[in-house]
Amino acid sequence: MKIAIIQFPGSNCDRDAYYALAGVFNQPSRLFWHKRPSLAGAECVVLPGGFSYGDYLRCGAIARFSPIMKSIIEFANNGGPVIGICNGFQILCEAGLLPGALVRNEGMEFVCETASLKVEDSMDYFNQESLGETIDIPIAHGEGNYRIDDAGLTELEANNQVLFRYANNPNGSKADIAGIRNKNGNVFGMMPHPERAVEDLHPSRDGIGVIKAFLKSQMARQKA
Amino acid sequence: MKVTVFVTPKKTVLDPQGAAVSHAMEHLGLTPSNDVRVGKTVEFEIDGSDTPELRAQLDQICDGLLCNPVIEDFRYELA
Repeated sequence: MKIAIIQFPGSNCDRDAYYALAGVFNQPSRLFWHKRPSLAGAECVVLPGGFSYGDYLRCGAIARFSPIMKSIIEFANNGGPVIGICNGFQILCEAGLLPGALVRNEGMEFVCETASLKVEDSMDYFNQESLGETIDIPIAHGEGNYRIDDAGLTELEANNQVLFRYANNPNGSKADIAGIRNKNGNVFGMMPHPERAVEDLHPSRDGIGVIKAFLKSQMARQKA
Repeated sequence: MKVTVFVTPKKTVLDPQGAAVSHAMEHLGLTPSNDVRVGKTVEFEIDGSDTPELRAQLDQICDGLLCNPVIEDFRYELA
């Protein structure tokens, strides 16, 4: 799949994502500056982690209005695969492509550690059979406290939209939520960084499974 | 005309920043009787007068850019 990795001013995991997707997965990947007017035929979009616009106003609030976001919202609404990691997850929530919002961690601390995540049976490839019961993926965020109203949470749970939950909630997220998908199964957001867990030097290699699940599920969707 | 927008966390959303400020206030001997909420103020000047069209435009800017309606409320004053 031709992958566009979007760079906003302040993105800092764009090259890590590139390394994982192009280097480890051998996917044709390109870095896209946020001012580009279109996705130029990309088949998949990655919104990487970082601190777009210095987290001014709210995390992701300004990036959400970057020129390329118009194309991304249209792409996602037409079923195109999009994954947002960390700040990318915050941008997707701000853009309304995923429900809820991410606010300051409960303890007011920036958390930087390897988090143990419980895998939920969400959809094809994103389930315990494919990924295992728990996976270890690095987290690094100050605003990863997932918030959603009770009606929204009920809907998320009813549609199996929760992908991962923290085994030890590090930030106060509602229902221990670490990652979700949209109802349609083409837009994904997670605070943990799978691109930082793809080789032996990393704390684990469990990110490989997560990225593989994303790519495989979306390739299967496109064939269907 | 001067526009002042006040953005505050929704009452239903936990405000960790407000809770931390509340603890500090207690250390200084003042115990707030309810939750401390930390919000922000955005000030700017615009040409024009207070019309329904202008208010519609301000609502649009507040509801999405200056404020995230999932977690925050806003109000503004025109002077």
